[in-house]
Amino acid sequence: MMRIRRFEERSLRAYQGKKIGGFLHLYIGQEAVAVGCCSLMGADDHVITAYRDHGHAIAVGMDTKPLMAELYGKVTGCSKGKGGSMHYFAPSLNYWGGHGIVGGQIPLGTGLAYGVKYQGKKGAAMAFMGDGAVNQGAVHEAMNLAGLWDLPCIFVIENNRYSMGTSQLRSSAGPGLAERAAAYGINWSKCYGHDIYEVRDTMNEVLQLARNENKPSVIEIDTYRYRGHSVADPDKTYRTRDEIDDYRKNKDPLIAFKATLLAEGVLTEDSSSVIDKEARAEADLAAEFAEASPYPTPEDIQKDVYWEADHPDQRTSQGRLFFN
Amino acid sequence: MSVLTYREAVRAALSEELARDENVVLMGEEVAQFNGAYKVSEGLLDKFGPKRVVDTPISEAGFIGTGIGASMLGVRPVMELMFWSFYSVAFDQILNNAANVRYMSGGLINCPIVIRGPANGGTNVGATHSHTPENVLANHPGVKVVVPSTAADAKGLLKSAIRDNDPVFFLENTILYGEKGEVPDDEDLLIPLGLADVKREGTDLTIVTYGRCVLHSLAAAEIIAEKHGASVEVVDLRSIRPLDFDTVLKSVAKTHRVLIVEEQKPFCSVGSQLGFMIQEEAFDELDAPILRVSTIDAPAIYSPPMEIVQLPSVDRVLAAALKVLAS
Repeated sequence: MMRIRRFEERSLRAYQGKKIGGFLHLYIGQEAVAVGCCSLMGADDHVITAYRDHGHAIAVGMDTKPLMAELYGKVTGCSKGKGGSMHYFAPSLNYWGGHGIVGGQIPLGTGLAYGVKYQGKKGAAMAFMGDGAVNQGAVHEAMNLAGLWDLPCIFVIENNRYSMGTSQLRSSAGPGLAERAAAYGINWSKCYGHDIYEVRDTMNEVLQLARNENKPSVIEIDTYRYRGHSVADPDKTYRTRDEIDDYRKNKDPLIAFKATLLAEGVLTEDSSSVIDKEARAEADLAAEFAEASPYPTPEDIQKDVYWEADHPDQRTSQGRLFFN
Repeated sequence: MSVLTYREAVRAALSEELARDENVVLMGEEVAQFNGAYKVSEGLLDKFGPKRVVDTPISEAGFIGTGIGASMLGVRPVMELMFWSFYSVAFDQILNNAANVRYMSGGLINCPIVIRGPANGGTNVGATHSHTPENVLANHPGVKVVVPSTAADAKGLLKSAIRDNDPVFFLENTILYGEKGEVPDDEDLLIPLGLADVKREGTDLTIVTYGRCVLHSLAAAEIIAEKHGASVEVVDLRSIRPLDFDTVLKSVAKTHRVLIVEEQKPFCSVGSQLGFMIQEEAFDELDAPILRVSTIDAPAIYSPPMEIVQLPSVDRVLAAALKVLAS
């Protein structure tokens, strides 16, 4: 969690220094969700998420250097500078993105679950989305299929209360978000996302259902982001400073977890500050790596488009694939 | 060699590839128990069982996206769209996810998925069911687009498409499903994507076409040979992307006259692209302006006699061909 927090704070400074283009959707405040869930992944479990994807990427074990380089648009980035902030991928770690369209990744997550089941493996797919995504049709189509076909898919709604600048009250009808699962006969539950233990307990339960019984679940995790929807969001129109401050002071997942670990005797103030320093140093190193790395070349623009074009010795088609 | 209908040829390709590779799975609305809305998949459920031949609800964004996600793990789904016209409700899945995921992951992921189904007008089903989206699809780098015109091509191209490691969009034609043709019995009949086929050789005019318009063009070429004493070459592209432009250039260098025939609305169509490329790369070979026969530029009309008028036909191809030959 500390590594995610410091990585993103460092990336924000780089963005403000105009080193990073486009959007930067920070996960700060939500760290316990990704870390709690992804820390339970087994060999045949898979993760897919939306565009607020830095936390999940670090939680599944991606190296922060190529992550930062991707933000800088450098060729050493995890997607060679072709994806950007919203499109991190690491298939070798069962991490399937990083997707830019709200809710668009959820059918893919259902497909990962389909693939796991089709191949006879005992695993699950965790498909993360924000609270705004639950009003997208593709999400409901995916939930219906998962319920209909008994797919080991866990739909994780990270409810940070605002779909961009629109609060849940102004965007979503009905009593709640996870409750919509009932329409598909899918198991659902809610948990408090600022407590990593509670996140893990909740996820662990539904993971067992998925892995052992091919049962899908919807879990809604109450969380909060301190920063705007993206860094470009002035964050002044739809919520109060007091609300943000209350979360920062009283519910921050890092502060809460530190207090728990201190009470448990696992952590001391000293070891805690060592973890913090190491996380800051790692983020600085990642930024230095990104800074020093080269950009892709014009020749790179047309690579990684077709599998076949990237494997010319195995090409079976003929004719022109590109039109310049 | 067997004589098969286009429908039977598609079915044979599906059956052979389902038998060959256990990762291949056929999914779509009514493909299993109902035996296919157009009976293309008839008998496949009985032969391969419900794990391999899967009925989906009417939920294109959901099931197409599910297929794309499964393909990232190495499953090779062949997804049937009852009509390609329904691609619009799965547009984000098809063209944001399948087309882009390889690029956005820096080449770490590929989607070996086939999406297939009919894409044509001419059956009086109105504007919502008569789209021919090959131009829209082919506009997206990362995807392949195939439009076969004969039974043999349908079989050989579909088998190649299923074995391909990139997303392939395979556009069939309900009017062609009943057309018979000779199909080699070879279980390894593989026609490479991106290889055009000269369906008729000629010396005076090149017709560049694909899909059902190949049949109109061949019929027009026959009339021109018999009644007008001119020799028309018909180039069937078969695949829009990749595109075998060398065969087009070779034919243009021989005939010096070009007519493009397509079941497309003319604005930003496949023919628009072809016309641009021919003038760019073969300007000095041309003895006359390139002409084009397209669908008349309006949403697909229902009224049966008027739909015949709206679509390319033998008469319209004939008139345009004679015009190019005379100029």
